Amino acid sequence: MSLNTLPTPQKPWKTTNRQRLSTSLLIVAAALISLVIIGSTGLNGKLGFLSTLFITSSSLIFIQQWRLRDVAAAKDSLLSSFALLGMTLTVIPIISIVSTVAIKGYKGIHIGMFFNDMSLNSVNDPIKQGGLLHALVGTIIMVGGALIISFPIGVLTALYLTEIRGKLSRPIKFLVQAMSGVPSIVAGLFILSSLVYPITKSLSGMMGSLALSILMIPTIARTSEEMLRLIPHELREAGVALGGTQWRTVAGVVLPAAKSGLVTAVILGMARIIGETAPLLLVSGGGDSVNLNLTSGAMGSLPYYIWKAFLTGGTEDAFARAWGGLLVLLAFIFILFGSARFISGRKVS
Amino acid sequence: MSIQEIVIPLPRELTTKPRRSDRIFRGVVTVGGMASLVILGLIALFLSVKGIHILREEKFDFVFGSKWEVITDDSGTIAESTFGIGAMLVGTLLCSLIAIAVGVPIAVLSALYLTFYAKGLVKNVLVSIVDLMAAFPSLLYGFWGFFIFMSSAEYWAKLLNKYFGFIPFFKVPAPIFERSPLIAGFILAIMIIPIVTSISREIFDQTPLDRIQAAYALGASKLAMIRAVVIPFGRGGVIGGAMLGLGRAMGETVAVYTVLNIVYQINWQVLFGAGGNVASLILLKFGEAGPYEVDALMAAGLILFMLTLSVNALADLLINSFGGKGR
Repeated sequence: MSLNTLPTPQKPWKTTNRQRLSTSLLIVAAALISLVIIGSTGLNGKLGFLSTLFITSSSLIFIQQWRLRDVAAAKDSLLSSFALLGMTLTVIPIISIVSTVAIKGYKGIHIGMFFNDMSLNSVNDPIKQGGLLHALVGTIIMVGGALIISFPIGVLTALYLTEIRGKLSRPIKFLVQAMSGVPSIVAGLFILSSLVYPITKSLSGMMGSLALSILMIPTIARTSEEMLRLIPHELREAGVALGGTQWRTVAGVVLPAAKSGLVTAVILGMARIIGETAPLLLVSGGGDSVNLNLTSGAMGSLPYYIWKAFLTGGTEDAFARAWGGLLVLLAFIFILFGSARFISGRKVS
Repeated sequence: MSIQEIVIPLPRELTTKPRRSDRIFRGVVTVGGMASLVILGLIALFLSVKGIHILREEKFDFVFGSKWEVITDDSGTIAESTFGIGAMLVGTLLCSLIAIAVGVPIAVLSALYLTFYAKGLVKNVLVSIVDLMAAFPSLLYGFWGFFIFMSSAEYWAKLLNKYFGFIPFFKVPAPIFERSPLIAGFILAIMIIPIVTSISREIFDQTPLDRIQAAYALGASKLAMIRAVVIPFGRGGVIGGAMLGLGRAMGETVAVYTVLNIVYQINWQVLFGAGGNVASLILLKFGEAGPYEVDALMAAGLILFMLTLSVNALADLLINSFGGKGR
């Protein structure tokens, strides 16, 4: 008997192939049973099949676990089926939304749409005429304007919560939370009541920017607060120990260290507001031609363009136009979100 | 050899008083930090300034009444007007309660899945998808709901009506199943699921590992562990997350406007295609409203603002005082 041969480690808790096989056989059996149920009762369609499949397969697995082990294990298997069901129900809509927009929007995309506006066309014109240049330009200008307003305010709020930590930290934190819950239409109404009616008396891109920044500030403040909290405390202490004042420490050490985090905050804020519709319907005017002037004249935007094409148009072309606009909007959100993930992910590694 | 005089430097003055630059910095940051307070205050102020005279005129009828009429005479001046958002408040509550009832269980289950079942790459991808979904604009949900989701939801609504029609909730006065509060509630549920999921997931993630391992060591199955450790620990946080979702659902404008058939009547029958909510009322009436009616819309906005603010306050209270505590 040699002592050098170590026994291979045993992992009795791992799922064996036999168990996997029996589970998949059960699911196949459940699929067959649910096909029979579908065939013999009033339920029909994909949704009907999937729901019966879920009920039959989870009850089959329940019975199997009960017979092999005990009631506790059977209940445990039930929870895992339900957790999987919840996840599936969460993911199905996003898959459906993205695929719908991709399939329907594909027809509405043509290269000319990025060079033309709608000043000479109506939404019901053939899809090859006109485009969304004005909407694209308007969205970029208004989101940029909102960014210029909300970035300093958001970062200052985050700095107050992480660096000053005054007596008001707790209430401010709550107010930022509450502000993120302000309905978007209320933001629009606020701009109308405070600026448009008493002062400017006209709708413009500037008003849109201001309304959007109300929705953007909380996102930027909360994300940058989280990012500033990730900065190790030793960095701040090192800055102060080298004789820096708090101002020098924050400006020279903390903010540069949190740079990528702040960029992430900005990107997430932009993703939050780029598709906001309700306030823009109230305050931006929604013009049909390219308008580069933020302070005067109606300014179009992507959400407004989509809204108008869906609600005032009735033809196939109008719908194709709207779905095309949604595809462009979705592409923007994907790009913004992907770059936020990329930047914040790189920082961790 | 003369003794060189040794110059001893004076000790530096030690003080805890901040320098001038620091005082300026602290001042600027504090002022910036107050921005959220100022903005929320201004919103309340300006909406009240515009809307308060309507509230004063209508008194409690503005909240409980359900008539929204403006009668103008020939010259265009307003002869008579009644404003009441009762029907729309009922619609708001109905849609958002459906959203909570449908969305929160699904969200909690998927948060449990993400925390305790999913592993590695699958987990990362799913977490990204849920976060991305939270960033989708309501416009997208609205039109998807109208063009794609409506037909299948209508089928289920008919099924519900057929087998559960004896329950007053599921009765319909006329066989119109399209654009009903139930479908709007479903769309709102889909919209709040990612928010509630990510909050619940964060709370579940904070469950102390030693308690989890203690439960496993005592021979608990996953279900027993979750029931004994995770749920008591995360209950308050999950309820708070659900309240945040409720606030979001109450203030939703575009998705509800697109999906719901807005009819100005109190409608409790969730399957019948009529209803509304306060936010979509504002959007609907704004286009044709004269200055006087706009003031009434401002008052409606004020009510909506106060409603969402109080729901959010409750959510914050719950998350902070009960979140992350347990046995």
